[in-house]
Amino acid sequence: MKATSRTVGNTDIIKLDGKITIGAGDQQLREVIGNAVNEGKTNILLDLSGVTTIDSSGIGELVGSYTTVTNRGGKLKLLHLPAKLNELLHVTQLITVFEVYENEQEALGSF
Amino acid sequence: MERDGERIEITISSRFENIELVQVIAEHLCENAGVDEDGSHWIGMAVREAVANAIKHGNKLDTAKKVHASFVLRGSELEITVADQGEGFDPAKVSDPLNPQNLMKTSGRGIFYMKTFMDAVHYSFHPGGGTSLVMTKNLAKGSGFATTKA
Repeated sequence: MKATSRTVGNTDIIKLDGKITIGAGDQQLREVIGNAVNEGKTNILLDLSGVTTIDSSGIGELVGSYTTVTNRGGKLKLLHLPAKLNELLHVTQLITVFEVYENEQEALGSF
Repeated sequence: MERDGERIEITISSRFENIELVQVIAEHLCENAGVDEDGSHWIGMAVREAVANAIKHGNKLDTAKKVHASFVLRGSELEITVADQGEGFDPAKVSDPLNPQNLMKTSGRGIFYMKTFMDAVHYSFHPGGGTSLVMTKNLAKGSGFATTKA
């Protein structure tokens, strides 16, 4: 998995590309979010458009990321969900937890 | 999978990087059997979760221990078996990830995925050690699975 960050206003947009799966991308995601939070970033928008595969460990790390950011008083929201990830969030009912956006400007305005 | 009842098998050591080998076999077998791309993906995902559990929770990442997977298509019924060499577990103690108390847990969704994407999931535990997971899917029923989408 590859992660690239950019800052727009008060929000950090982190774009993830590749697989978020057990033993690989899941640990990387934890590190990326942990580093961002440790740098004092509180508004994080995860752009998931480039995620090709995500398994239950990857979903678990998304949940863990949400908790990590929220516990520091921040907000983590999702942008551009791939169709299969969208389905997984529905079947796991996690769609009720995450704020999901299809439009970047709209997402940025929500923080 | 052209010949009815033909068995395809693979044995891997307990490394996460081997999961995809088994997943890819499952997806190709499904596609060869006429399952659409989405259906093949979800069956492949169920296999991924089964193998990941066998490596992590069954064999506890002991690379000397093996995970064995087999695929058999009888008519339109696909049977997938994933066996490890671990000590087994109590399926009754696996928590429901949809329970609001468990929703924010970072783990515990693998078996739920398998049950969601497949028609049936059964475990058997061998006296000498090792767990076998058998999943079945009627490919003629299509790739759909129940979601909670509005």
